[in-house]
Amino acid sequence: MTEPMATPPRKLKIATVSLAGCFGCHMSFLDIDERLLPLLDLVEFDRSPLTDIKHCGPCDIGLIEGGVCNAENVHVLREFRAQCRVLVALGACAVNGGLPAQRNHLAVGDVLQQVYLTGHGLAAGSQIPNDPELPLPLNQVHPVHEVVRIDHFLPGCPPSGDAIWAFLNDLIASREPRLGHGLLHYD
Amino acid sequence: MTTPSPPASPPTFLLDGQPVPFTPGQTVMQAAYAAGRYIAHLCWHPDFSAHGSCKLCTVQANGRLATGCTLAAAEGMEVHTQTPELQDKRRTLLQLLFVEGNHFCPSCEKSGNCQLQATAYEAGMLTPHFDHFFPARPVDASHPEVLLDFNRCILCELCVRASRDVDGKHVFALSGRGTQSHLIVNSPTGRLADTDFAASDRAADICPVGVILKKRVGFAVPIGQRRYDAQPASAVDVASPARDNA
Ligand code: SF4
Ligand code: SF4
Ligand code: FES
Repeated sequence: MTEPMATPPRKLKIATVSLAGCFGCHMSFLDIDERLLPLLDLVEFDRSPLTDIKHCGPCDIGLIEGGVCNAENVHVLREFRAQCRVLVALGACAVNGGLPAQRNHLAVGDVLQQVYLTGHGLAAGSQIPNDPELPLPLNQVHPVHEVVRIDHFLPGCPPSGDAIWAFLNDLIASREPRLGHGLLHYD
Repeated sequence: MTTPSPPASPPTFLLDGQPVPFTPGQTVMQAAYAAGRYIAHLCWHPDFSAHGSCKLCTVQANGRLATGCTLAAAEGMEVHTQTPELQDKRRTLLQLLFVEGNHFCPSCEKSGNCQLQATAYEAGMLTPHFDHFFPARPVDASHPEVLLDFNRCILCELCVRASRDVDGKHVFALSGRGTQSHLIVNSPTGRLADTDFAASDRAADICPVGVILKKRVGFAVPIGQRRYDAQPASAVDVASPARDNA
């Protein structure tokens, strides 16, 4: 009689996204280097800039890089909240708006005019883009927690690969993530 | 012949269970600091009188909450600084300071040398949590040697005290009420260039955060060698009294 095959433990599903981000937090994630391989034994990626999946399915963990700066960001963030059991604000932009929120003291119309109408080096007849395909910018940049409930915050611009690794290991093991001196930074 | 009596031992109080000696008239903060013990603080500085605004130094003494920088030390008093309740309140106070200003550390010249930031690290603050105010106060770059970014001010008045009490110049003041309180420059135009402020003033080096910044020296210290890179605030701020920028 043959032993019944042990069912391998179900892999956790992780989705990631960059909203008003710079992709630096994703780069820092990849900075875990060869530790990606053991990670892939434990998790599988759903929607992410690293996969071809277009919409977020039911996931265990969602990592959000970037703040919320336009209408599409809001929709994507809500999709992630609806699908992910645990949602993580990854990096300074997601946590507090980050450097993009330095536009918050300017009127968004003035910024668009400056860039597309009155700025240097524009071709004659340049206009502010107005195709409905394009998401409208919000009047201010917001941290993600001002739009949906966030379960965990991992600050840093970007958080280091080591911080992300420690954090993910805690999450995967269902421990409250802890970052000691050196791993916790805001810059 | 009489033997000289041994010198009377100074009175003590208990700080998190450990005795701390004090001389009558000292506050809990002063005595703790003199004994090399750390109590979180932002508006207190050993060279200046207490201010009592940041509330970071809140301790539990004989069962009640009080600010350690204004509470007189008393014989036998039991002072606690690390109860879960106090750590929670301290984190909340820090979060409030962060959302009231524009603390974009990734581009701040003070990052790594900032007492607010280092104190928040030590408190394990992972998020400012509350909705942001995003204030929009214009910077004052009028002075040839010093820049002011008012959006990072925590209203500790150390610059006010240093300019008034040490430099004798009265360059800074707080103005406004409630959430509108803000730092101003005492000149007819409100510009720093129109005061007798100098980069060698004590007030130029006293700001615990990134408001009063000397020009052309930002980002000179490599990451890893900044004031709070190697050690947390509790080790650094007790070991070297002047946390000043100099
Ligand atoms: S003053 Fe301190 S806390 Fe504020 S942005 Fe600068 S480094 Fe960060
Ligand atoms: S400018 Fe700096 S020293 Fe002056 S009140 Fe503000 S935070 Fe304190
Ligand atoms: S240090 Fe005591 S209130 Fe600020």
